[in-house]
Amino acid sequence: MAISRRKFLGGIGAALGGAAASLGTAYGASNKHFKGHPNSFGVLHDITRCIGCRKCEEACNTVNDLPKPETSFEDLSVLDSKRRTDADIYTVVNRFNTPEPVFAKKQCNHCLEPACASACFVKAFTKTKSGAVTYNEKVCVGCRYCMVACPFEIPAYEYHKALTPSVTKCTMCFPRIIEGKLPGCVEICPKEALIFGERDKLIKAAWQRIYKFPDKYTAHVYGEHEMGGTSWLYISGDEFSKVGMREDLGIKSAPELTSGALAAVPIVVGLWPVFLTGAYAISKRKEKIAQQEKDQAVAETLANAQEEAAKKLEDLREKLNQEKASAINFEVKKALEEAAKKAEEEKQAQEAQEEEEPDQADDADGEDPSKEDE
Amino acid sequence: MATENTQPADSKFTPFNIVTGIILVIGGILTILRFTQGIGAVTNLDNNNPWGIWIGFDLLCGVALAAGGYVTSAACYIFGFKRYHSAVRPAILTAFLGYALVVFALHYDVGRPWRLPYPIFYSQGTSSLLFEVGLCVFLYLTVLFVEFTPAAFEWLGLKKIREVVVKLTMILTIFGVILSTLHQSSLGALFMIAPSKLHPLWYSGYLHVYFFVSSMFAGMSMVIFEGTLAHRWLSHKMDDTHHHEAPGVAFGFAKAASLIMMGYLCIKIIGIAMDNNWHYLATGWGAWFLVELIGFVAFPAILYAMGSREQNMLMVRWAAVWTVLGIVLNRLNISIVAFNYHLPSADRYIPSIMEIGTSVFIVTVGIVVYRFITTRMPILYEHPDYKTH
Repeated sequence: MAISRRKFLGGIGAALGGAAASLGTAYGASNKHFKGHPNSFGVLHDITRCIGCRKCEEACNTVNDLPKPETSFEDLSVLDSKRRTDADIYTVVNRFNTPEPVFAKKQCNHCLEPACASACFVKAFTKTKSGAVTYNEKVCVGCRYCMVACPFEIPAYEYHKALTPSVTKCTMCFPRIIEGKLPGCVEICPKEALIFGERDKLIKAAWQRIYKFPDKYTAHVYGEHEMGGTSWLYISGDEFSKVGMREDLGIKSAPELTSGALAAVPIVVGLWPVFLTGAYAISKRKEKIAQQEKDQAVAETLANAQEEAAKKLEDLREKLNQEKASAINFEVKKALEEAAKKAEEEKQAQEAQEEEEPDQADDADGEDPSKEDE
Repeated sequence: MATENTQPADSKFTPFNIVTGIILVIGGILTILRFTQGIGAVTNLDNNNPWGIWIGFDLLCGVALAAGGYVTSAACYIFGFKRYHSAVRPAILTAFLGYALVVFALHYDVGRPWRLPYPIFYSQGTSSLLFEVGLCVFLYLTVLFVEFTPAAFEWLGLKKIREVVVKLTMILTIFGVILSTLHQSSLGALFMIAPSKLHPLWYSGYLHVYFFVSSMFAGMSMVIFEGTLAHRWLSHKMDDTHHHEAPGVAFGFAKAASLIMMGYLCIKIIGIAMDNNWHYLATGWGAWFLVELIGFVAFPAILYAMGSREQNMLMVRWAAVWTVLGIVLNRLNISIVAFNYHLPSADRYIPSIMEIGTSVFIVTVGIVVYRFITTRMPILYEHPDYKTH
């Protein structure tokens, strides 16, 4: 089943030809689906074949020049507890009792569209055309967002380095692949539980095994679709959730998960100035209209006031005139009354006289009413 | 200039100064530890929990609570609430200090802080939401700094350059609102890449919208809360205009915050319905989620509404404090409590005492600088030479 060394070396030139070229276009919200770089490599891990010898861990430690651990790789008691990758441990084998002991290797899965690469704000991660996801320590700021983003909980951090901490993870032995060598773990595996080859062919090989031995394998190639697909593939006898692998990750790649939020950015940049200037213009216009209405109201009030004042003045004048007239009338009346009174007195005086001369009294009576009408 | 504004140099050993001094000394020691022994020596961070309270509190809460800057300046200059003018300068100052402290805190959290300019100037990872956050925070910090400078120029008596900056007010405000919209929302969107790690009740395709909307009432509540503190401790630095306008600002923001919080409540419920997460509400996580949503959003929203209707300042102030706590709770839930909910309790993160100490130290630095500036520069009062503006 393993892909021959010769074939592997033959394909490598083509695969690495564009390795240094820039990453392909990301299709965030489009209906295009990135199926991995053509002819890129991967590793198929047949969990049913793993015997938990930890040889891969040792090889990994050696080829990556990592510090030697306190307990030797011969010591299998470390399998009693669940482990994960660490700053100087790029791969671990864990034992699961299902109830028979089953061993599963864990390392970077080299996603086709890696969450770490998508999350990194300095492009420290690269999905190379070879399939390996590499990390460039020279630009890393150490924000550790890659660790937050990774659904497989793989990247580790050198928390105890004061000034030069880096993120560490399996590189799929990228430097060795370039030299035409196999990854350290694949090379040393005594049971062929790890097979290196072109990913497309590995998927076919995996399904062939599943079809050939349907009782031995669960019908699922882990990594074919998980998180948009990974270069590292797994087949297992048990459900993957029973050997420490999450089956609830979904098939959406990391870039798809964030593309919506990222796509909102240019829209905000484009539309916010319009909304905000609009809001400003509306508030300005309201102010202007309010000012105009105020001015108009003031003008109207002023006009009304003037008119009223004029009217009042007119009224006053009229009233004064009337008062003047009535005062005249009153004076006239008073004068007339006085005159009448005088006339009366004269009349009485005349009457008194007329008692002596009656002819004269009749003339005075006829004159009186006509004079009062005036 | 304003030398007569400096406080009389009687006793330097006031209780405030003593406590501050102790915190600053401890902070200094922690700083030395962090940069000689590494992040691992002072924090409980590990490979499963790469982000702790330095991100959850210092960054997420710091940015959300500094939203008062864009909210107040937008209300005053864009939406024409002229009576909020006296609240703009304190809000801008707090926002500027808030963001400056966020960046300061990041120097402790990231592995190689001297590379912080890298994402902007050296190797741009444009597919990352953190790049978006970084760029916007960098630009907005610059905008806030420029918006703040008129106060410093008035203090220093640089009339001409102050005039130039004041003319930029409108454009700076619009720029500030755009940048705030972007990075406030992107902070929430940071977690959208990890649906397998954040509990479904907190994870949502609307996370960016939630963060942006909640930043509005976070900012308003902070303006009210700071106003309360400033009136208690810095009242002598305020002019009549500030005193007259302050209740109007508080009641206005109370009303607005109440409305926005109700809207936020609605979209949170829509989020649950959208992903059909109702069944989680019956779990322990659900109870905790409801504590946050009902206890720290719905309740203060109602309190705000009542306080604003009855013109009850005490009620409004309590609502503000409660809302601020709610924002802190929400940000910590998303970044720490409900993050990695699937891990066994032994693998969960609990901050170390030294991490908490560093956060306290950073907040204290903020308070000291705020006090230094407000007791010297025309922040809470208008400078007599520039009354016309």
